[in-house]
Amino acid sequence: MVLVLSLLVFAWLRALPGGPASALLGDRGTEESRAALSKQLGLDQPIFVQYFRFLGRALTGNFGNSTGVQPGDSVVDIFLQRFPATIELSVLAILIAIAVGIPLGYLAARRRGGLFDNFSVGASLIGVAVPVFFLAYLLKYVFATKLGWLPSLGRQAGDIDATRVTGFFVLDGILTQEWDAAWDAFVHLLLPAVALATIPFAVIFRITRAAVLDVLNEDYVRTAESKGLLGTVIRRRHVLRNAMLPVVTTIGLQIGALLAGAVLTEKVFGFSGVGEALALGFERRDYPVLQMFILVAAIVYVLVNLLVDLSYALVDPRIRTR
Amino acid sequence: MVHSRTAQRRWTAAIGLTGAAALALSACAQSERGDESGAGKQGGTFTFGAAGAPKLFDPLFATDGETFRVARQMFDGLTTFKPGTAEPAPSLAESWESTPDGLTWTFKLRQGVKFHDGTAFDAQAVCANFDRWYNLKGAAQSDAVSQYYVDNFGGFSDGAKPSLYKSCSAKDANTAEVVLTSSTSKFPDILGLPSFSMQSPAALKQYDADNVQAQGDSFVFPAYANEHPTGTGPFKFGKYDKANGTVELVRNDDYWGEKTKLDKLVFRIIPDETARKQALQSGDIDGFDFPNAADWESLKSAGFNVQVRPAFNILYFGINQKNNPALRDLKVRQALAHAINREQLVKSQLPEGAEVATQFIPKTVGGFADDVTKYPYDLNKAKQLLAEANASNLTLKFYWPSEVTRPYMPNPKDIYGAIAADLQQAGITIETVTKPWNGGYLTDVDQGIPDVFLLGWTGDTGSADNWIGTFFGNPENRFNTGAATWGNDLAAQLKTADAEPDRTKRYGLYEDLNRKIMSEYLPAIPVSHSPPALVVKNNVKGIVPSPLTDEKFGPVSIG
Repeated sequence: MVLVLSLLVFAWLRALPGGPASALLGDRGTEESRAALSKQLGLDQPIFVQYFRFLGRALTGNFGNSTGVQPGDSVVDIFLQRFPATIELSVLAILIAIAVGIPLGYLAARRRGGLFDNFSVGASLIGVAVPVFFLAYLLKYVFATKLGWLPSLGRQAGDIDATRVTGFFVLDGILTQEWDAAWDAFVHLLLPAVALATIPFAVIFRITRAAVLDVLNEDYVRTAESKGLLGTVIRRRHVLRNAMLPVVTTIGLQIGALLAGAVLTEKVFGFSGVGEALALGFERRDYPVLQMFILVAAIVYVLVNLLVDLSYALVDPRIRTR
Repeated sequence: MVHSRTAQRRWTAAIGLTGAAALALSACAQSERGDESGAGKQGGTFTFGAAGAPKLFDPLFATDGETFRVARQMFDGLTTFKPGTAEPAPSLAESWESTPDGLTWTFKLRQGVKFHDGTAFDAQAVCANFDRWYNLKGAAQSDAVSQYYVDNFGGFSDGAKPSLYKSCSAKDANTAEVVLTSSTSKFPDILGLPSFSMQSPAALKQYDADNVQAQGDSFVFPAYANEHPTGTGPFKFGKYDKANGTVELVRNDDYWGEKTKLDKLVFRIIPDETARKQALQSGDIDGFDFPNAADWESLKSAGFNVQVRPAFNILYFGINQKNNPALRDLKVRQALAHAINREQLVKSQLPEGAEVATQFIPKTVGGFADDVTKYPYDLNKAKQLLAEANASNLTLKFYWPSEVTRPYMPNPKDIYGAIAADLQQAGITIETVTKPWNGGYLTDVDQGIPDVFLLGWTGDTGSADNWIGTFFGNPENRFNTGAATWGNDLAAQLKTADAEPDRTKRYGLYEDLNRKIMSEYLPAIPVSHSPPALVVKNNVKGIVPSPLTDEKFGPVSIG
């Protein structure tokens, strides 16, 4: 499957007009110099020759070097530098979405039709409807530009001397006990993570609310109530646990949406992650970066879905026994 | 920093939960940032927002503005440009003179200068640099790698193409003699370009500087270009933190000139334009380049210092005579010139300070002629000329680029719209084609597919050859002048003018050429010169806006 996808991505990129020769030479290029450059880079070869060359190198772990995002750097290195950034951002975003979405969804269901319910349903609608980049600009305007409380972009302040260990800036700060660096990296994460969290938050909230409503109407809840069980026990053991099943699926699926959202969020916040590299790669026709990054994104997506399927076993005992 | 405020966090199940958390946390962030701003005149960090990652740090292989900007702060050339102008001025060379034929140049060097690695700068180092450029091999010769060398010096020592450079010899420790193969107006001005900076021969050798490889569909550069750039400039290379998107330079305490007051100079890479503006407003950066002209007023009123550069570029309305026979008629091209209301275009579409271009060089370039044929807006004249040429039902394939802004063309779509409307007024039918700048526009223009198109140029030096020589000096160009009866003649005259060593005579030749280009040839229509700007915080002192975007940050202080 990865092979087929790699061929598709490869062919599609080369079907786009323009190309790296044009991007590299800019308005100083001439037809002659562009042709010479294309030849030098092997871009004048038939596409299947290019593909097999690419495949041959890829099998040895060489995905080529960037032409536009970080020109000259190995694409694998760029990915390894940037992947932790995107993971940090996505993990915090999904944690925020879960931490806010599930309790709110649960409360909204408990007080169905009340003011709180109506208000939070409305808020979640905005979360779905407002494009993430707009929200990102808005957050920046309020919290960075107007109030000056949070940094408006980047992963860390430029003049902090931080030691890099894993590439996860917050983790690095903790590991090396450079607390100011860890804190600074965390503060830089906040705005983009909140912006990015709105996508999964809205969905998680609504699914939780719907699931809890369903379960509240189940016979076993009524039985538990009539048995005279404590309210807290019913809620924890019978309602929440059963309602979590669809929510877990949703969270898994939302990780795919996070990847897409990260492209915009990272661009807006100048956050040097995978998403920003993808956006820049398109602008600058950076074939090697696009080829590898799109492939890896696809593989990650497939893996996450597999993990979601496996995690059913944890929440749904029926699957374990089958 | 994490102390005290946590108590204020209220984990209510209210809607503002995330907001409240951000609020509490950020109170600390603010106090942290407050610490930086108290910097006085001496010391501090100057953070500049860059639109892209520098490609590398060896200016010889640099081709784009972001790479040049970083290199300018670390390197000096034999010459430089007088701040705020395009005139050559002494730098590592204190003085120079040439023989009357313009072929042999003697440079008297500044004494006691050291490279960042502690080795001495002397005449041998100068010759080592010239020889390095001339002897590049393999992938390093590619246009995409050593573009500025190829443009300015031509070929390499392998002799495949003629080279401007012949030899260099050290007459004594402080005197270098450079011999050229022909006289050219751009020498020695080009030695002030960052590409031709003086680099430490020892470091070049140690870190394998010339070893550029074409690998797969890209280029791989050696350790020197990535991590060990070694010049003589006011800043030394610190580090390039790729994961964080920052480049850090530090003060060179042994600088030969006036030492910088700054401790550090940081370039933060922010590809998104709106994000750059917001970063300035929120104080994350101290300045950035090319603010959108539409934002100048609001930035000024918000208390920022918008520094406008002298206009040193040109936007032209390109005409390609290849596919549309009507365009081979001078009257048709003149009709187009009369049909476009350039005054109005400049007023409504371009930043304040922009001017209508009467010829293909700006006023500040030697060889500018005041009395060229001008083509004022005149719809009737345009229609009449079209009728005389039997081209009243002219159809033009008009290309404009998307996904790009250039200093000479801040808003391609609006500029296209204004010109297209003018042409339609004159009865011309327009077939619009738009393509992304890197997505087919440039390639199509250079393959001669459009009839008319928008393009421009930003000057590298104050020599006319850098402008009209670039456009028309090679008869095979994007206007296809080689196919016109006068195209080869024009190219030959440009070469003659460029080779004239006597400045006064040379300017005269260029003035004549500019007159001819605007009356007899009119290969394209010059539209405008637009002043680009850069913007910094009000407490940033010491930047002199340069027509060449050659701003040096050494004299900058914050406070």
